[in-house]
Amino acid sequence: MSDLLQHVLNGLAAGTIYALVALGYTMVYGVLKLINFAHGDVMMVGVYVGYASAKQMGRDTSSSFLGVTLVFLLSMAMCAALGFLIERFAYRPLRDKPKLTALITAIGMSFFLSYSFQLEASLGGLTVLPGAAPRAFPDVITSQVWLIIGDVVVSNKQVISVVVALALMGGLQFLVFRTRFGMAMRAVSFDHRTAGLMGIPVDRVIALTFMLGSALAAGAGILYAIKDTLVQPLMGVTVGLKAFVAAVIGGIGHVPGAVVGSLCLGLVEEFVVGYGGSTWRDAVAFGFLIAVLLFRPEGIFGRVTAEKV
Amino acid sequence: MTSAAASTAASTAAATPAPSPTARPPALLSVGDLHVSYGAITALRGVSLSVGQGEIVALIGANGAGKTSTLRAVSGMLSPKQGSITLDGKPIAGRKSHELVPLGMAHAPEGRGIFLNLSVDENLTLGAYLRSDHEGIEADRENGFTLFPRLRERRQQRAGTLSGGEQQMLAVARALMSRPRLLLLDEPSLGLAPQVIETIFKILRAVNQTGVSILLVEQNAHLALGVAHHAYVLETGQIVMEGTGKDLLATDEIRRAYLGE
Ligand SMILES: Nc1ncnc2c1ncn2[C@@H]1O[C@H](COP(=O)(O)OP(=O)(O)OP(=O)(O)O)[C@@H](O)[C@H]1O
Ligand SMILES: [Mg+2]
Repeated sequence: MSDLLQHVLNGLAAGTIYALVALGYTMVYGVLKLINFAHGDVMMVGVYVGYASAKQMGRDTSSSFLGVTLVFLLSMAMCAALGFLIERFAYRPLRDKPKLTALITAIGMSFFLSYSFQLEASLGGLTVLPGAAPRAFPDVITSQVWLIIGDVVVSNKQVISVVVALALMGGLQFLVFRTRFGMAMRAVSFDHRTAGLMGIPVDRVIALTFMLGSALAAGAGILYAIKDTLVQPLMGVTVGLKAFVAAVIGGIGHVPGAVVGSLCLGLVEEFVVGYGGSTWRDAVAFGFLIAVLLFRPEGIFGRVTAEKV
Repeated sequence: MTSAAASTAASTAAATPAPSPTARPPALLSVGDLHVSYGAITALRGVSLSVGQGEIVALIGANGAGKTSTLRAVSGMLSPKQGSITLDGKPIAGRKSHELVPLGMAHAPEGRGIFLNLSVDENLTLGAYLRSDHEGIEADRENGFTLFPRLRERRQQRAGTLSGGEQQMLAVARALMSRPRLLLLDEPSLGLAPQVIETIFKILRAVNQTGVSILLVEQNAHLALGVAHHAYVLETGQIVMEGTGKDLLATDEIRRAYLGE
């Protein structure tokens, strides 16, 4: 019984991190109808920025509350800038071209990021590209057990990652559904030409959406890396693909759907691993995707939209 | 309608000296030699027209004549290949839609352009996206509800649940929310019951009385010419005839080609 509870807890904690990445996929899909395959790699870049800034600060500073916060903010800001550049120079020129063109560009961008980070390069003593060797993320948060109920152990990292993820998601939900900018985003998502007729600066809304999604991915990446995961240039591909699966399961373009899909995926994976099938983890994750798509092609929350003529 | 009929119509109009050339007010919108194409397809080949201050101008023509393309170019939804568009004498050709809204442009596009994923209220709010005078916006929203009481009953509803006619009402109400000086309407009568059409046209007249100039695209030539101060006939991307609404209504060719008489 307590075993079960522990797995549920671990699964939800993992799911919230997927959710932050999945939200980026879903938001960008929402405004551009583009699967941004480079999204996971943007997350990877965010992890390296976090890695570098934590190293730069040194162990004492980076593990203080202020230091950790700064690591998160720096990484999120850098990724927002990267997201802006990718949208501006890779996707915007293709906006009116067939969707496939942009999709292939997105895949190319993913390769570009993940493989250029496998190169080693430095400029005047400053490391610019880290190289392929896996590294351990600096210990900015020291593992502690915060709560024990029976046999169920709750660690500080789990609590922090759930709290940070929930706060970011809550902020996003507020932004999308309660603000003027959010209304503009939803309008652009439905029909960007008509949105322009309302006076909405469509290009700016799309750029900001990219920046927001990329910043969320950076936050997720650091939460992920903190859980004793090794940092390496291809990490974005796997996590990105999983989060993409979660977004599709929830119904791509649907904000709460991305969260529910991610939690489901986190739970499914945790149960598979927890009950002895760790080699089956990825197979089950993608099997889950196929099962959902077979029975509900629009995802759990996706709506089949019909237009009135 | 064949192009032969139109060219006959055009030459007849040219041959008949205008009875009393009513002076038109100074132009708010003026379009000169406008060319628009979609890839290899040419939609407009040298359209020139103008909308005077306070006028209702109708643009009629068969399917595929280029009416919608004209409106799209004027409101910045597409950029013309060639030609000039001026608003108040300022060149606006090639400017983006969202830059034209603050200059007083509102466009209720073909197919209504309702955000079906948003509520009726949110659609109206977006119509006033660039305004910040909260009280004025609420007054205009009330005004819209007074014009179309059905919208008030459904204000919290997702616009996707409205009937086609109700969506058309919302499109007109939303276009008015920006307090435009120039209103572009693409077939506002499409899919509406005769009574509702009458209401909409009454409203358009009233809106026009408040000083809003209107460029009206309509399949329903009878209605459009009845309400228009001035009208243009578009045929395969070119203006083939123009005159006052009354004059065109009285022209045999127009009656035959567009009014089915
Ligand atoms: N997006 C597009 N891509 C390619 N061709 C187009 C596009 N939109 C319009 N056209 C073509 O441009 C020409 C003019 O179309 P337009 O929509 O302006 O006509 P219209 O007068 O509004 O017709 P209708 O009364 O049917 O609405 C047509 O030949 C049409 O096929
Ligand atoms: Mg049309």
